[in-house]
Amino acid sequence: MFERIREKLEILADAAKYDVSCSSSGSNRKNHNKGLGDAEGTGICHTYTEDGRCVSLLKILLTNHCIYDCAFCVSRRSNDIKRAAFTVDEVVELTMNFYRRNYIEGLFLSSGIFKDGDYTMERLLRIVKKLRVEEKFNGYIHLKTIPGASPELLKEAGLYADRMSINLEMPTELGLKLLAPEKSHEDVKRPLGLIQDSIVQYKDEKALIKSTPKFVPAGQSTQMVIGATPESDKEIMHTADRFYKKFSLKRVYYSGYIPISNDNRLPIIGSQPPLIRENRLYQTDWLMRFYGFDVKEILNDANPNLDVDIDPKLSWALRNLDQFPVDINSADYRMILRVPGIGVTSALKIVQARKFGRLHKDQLKKIGISFNRAKHFIRYADSPIQLNDFEAGHIKGLILSESNSKYLKTPSNQLSLF
Amino acid sequence: MELFVFDGTFEGLLTSIFDSYERKSQHVKLVSDAHYLPDVFQESIKIVSDETKANRVWKGLKQKLDPEWMKRIYKSFLSEQPETFQDLFDFSHYIFDNPKGSEENFGNPCVLAISQMDRKVHREKHRMEAFIRFQQTADGTFYAHIDPDFNVLPLISDHFRKRYADQKWIIFDLKRKYGLFYDLDKVEEITFDFTTEMSASLNALPQQILDPKEELYSLLWKDYFRSTNIPARKNMKLHIRHVPKRYWKYLSEKQI
Repeated sequence: MFERIREKLEILADAAKYDVSCSSSGSNRKNHNKGLGDAEGTGICHTYTEDGRCVSLLKILLTNHCIYDCAFCVSRRSNDIKRAAFTVDEVVELTMNFYRRNYIEGLFLSSGIFKDGDYTMERLLRIVKKLRVEEKFNGYIHLKTIPGASPELLKEAGLYADRMSINLEMPTELGLKLLAPEKSHEDVKRPLGLIQDSIVQYKDEKALIKSTPKFVPAGQSTQMVIGATPESDKEIMHTADRFYKKFSLKRVYYSGYIPISNDNRLPIIGSQPPLIRENRLYQTDWLMRFYGFDVKEILNDANPNLDVDIDPKLSWALRNLDQFPVDINSADYRMILRVPGIGVTSALKIVQARKFGRLHKDQLKKIGISFNRAKHFIRYADSPIQLNDFEAGHIKGLILSESNSKYLKTPSNQLSLF
Repeated sequence: MELFVFDGTFEGLLTSIFDSYERKSQHVKLVSDAHYLPDVFQESIKIVSDETKANRVWKGLKQKLDPEWMKRIYKSFLSEQPETFQDLFDFSHYIFDNPKGSEENFGNPCVLAISQMDRKVHREKHRMEAFIRFQQTADGTFYAHIDPDFNVLPLISDHFRKRYADQKWIIFDLKRKYGLFYDLDKVEEITFDFTTEMSASLNALPQQILDPKEELYSLLWKDYFRSTNIPARKNMKLHIRHVPKRYWKYLSEKQI
């Protein structure tokens, strides 16, 4: 008995781990019925795997049986692997018992597609409904939208889930057609749009009628696999930008492709996943969402790919030296935020603190900016007089020689394994 | 310079601020009696905690600071750090002696010190919310113990009460020898005395008092933790940055 459930969990957790979304934040579900759990406020990472990824949710597939044959996926039907499926009760019990012990924030439930979309979605719906209605579970639930499932099922699922997501898989239609001819981006856009419309509709109603139920309160997200197909960073980020705007997505995840197949359309097994590139894409994503950058400023026809040796904010600054130096004591917040080495928290502190007097070097250091990086781009109360203008290559060299970034010591374009 | 010795309580700290104004003290060094080393060349003034004085100082601060900052004061007090007691003393004087809004002056050392200590305590609180692992005992109570860097039990009480409203639980601080007990209705402070023979490591409760299913779920959790790792992405440096080794003792998935 023990052994069977252990084996199932092993197979179905292993198959689910390539979906990188781990967030458990953004919902507003309170423990209103003296039940179990509370998904209000910020998320919590309960532990981290040895690859440094956070574990916040019990992330499992309902089953890894699948009718599709997508080349990049471990669960593709032509792959010769062990298959398993949970029962509804097994998923419910695992979730409740893990949650009670403070192991997790909630459930991330996905599934291979068996029979058809509706049949699969209907099972997922039964699980979340049972958790919410019978078990009074108020923890976080991230539910996968199954492509091809009927609008009625999706709309009902949205009443129980905190977040829903459906993956683009490849950044462009062309890439997707190459590896998964049975799928298309249209199959993703339709349900994204449907759920987005319902979110807006429920929100409007909520403004008038307080008892309107919650509908996907933590919004939607999607994921793209990076490095399986030859898209440029520009294509990836412009796709992300379009989806952020069109569907008000909360997150786009970028997942460096981990070779799991001998298919000759894909990188061979054993080649390193593109971890640095993935990191640079996330940095760009942050610049777009929190730093007021337009994607076209960072990636355009002149610069279709991100630098590997420096982060995208620094490389933007070096390309636009005419906008620097920025005077910390007079520049507006928007521009201070664009200085390499100054983050959102420090920028806010700076604009508050300078009301009390001009800021000096030691104060800036204490506030927590990365001074060695920022000093090339700013003026402050006691900044030294600088006669000659530095040019971009010189500054880059200075910063690289002083920095001890995890990437620079190993100039190869991959991380060392040890 | 005058040396104030207070009893280490929050009330005592606020009282010392009151007394410093009453005595028109210029420069004050504040220490708690736990950290006080008598010095022949320096006379010390013993502060007697006084609820009325403390309340007046608290009310005075409230008139100048928003609730967020009031929380910051309390949270940094819970750090129990000797230098933070001094920072809190200096900060309060700075707030009283300057116009409203002065707390935004991050160029001032004690403003920055308080806001940074608040972050540290907050981080420790957040870690406890994340890393506590309950074990279910045979009578259905969920038990966990901790020995956090700072005194965070008062800060995590609400979080666990809201979240685990339908189960009894105990969280015990081994270092400070007190705990919280939720009886399905309210949270109470408890003390008990078995802690001397209790090891700080996890899984401290003997098998016979645990729920029969406890072993299964902790085993499944370890399995899950292993299966969800992607070996091709192994990055121990990052792993340790997120889960510093001193917290491993809490984590059942890190025990062999």
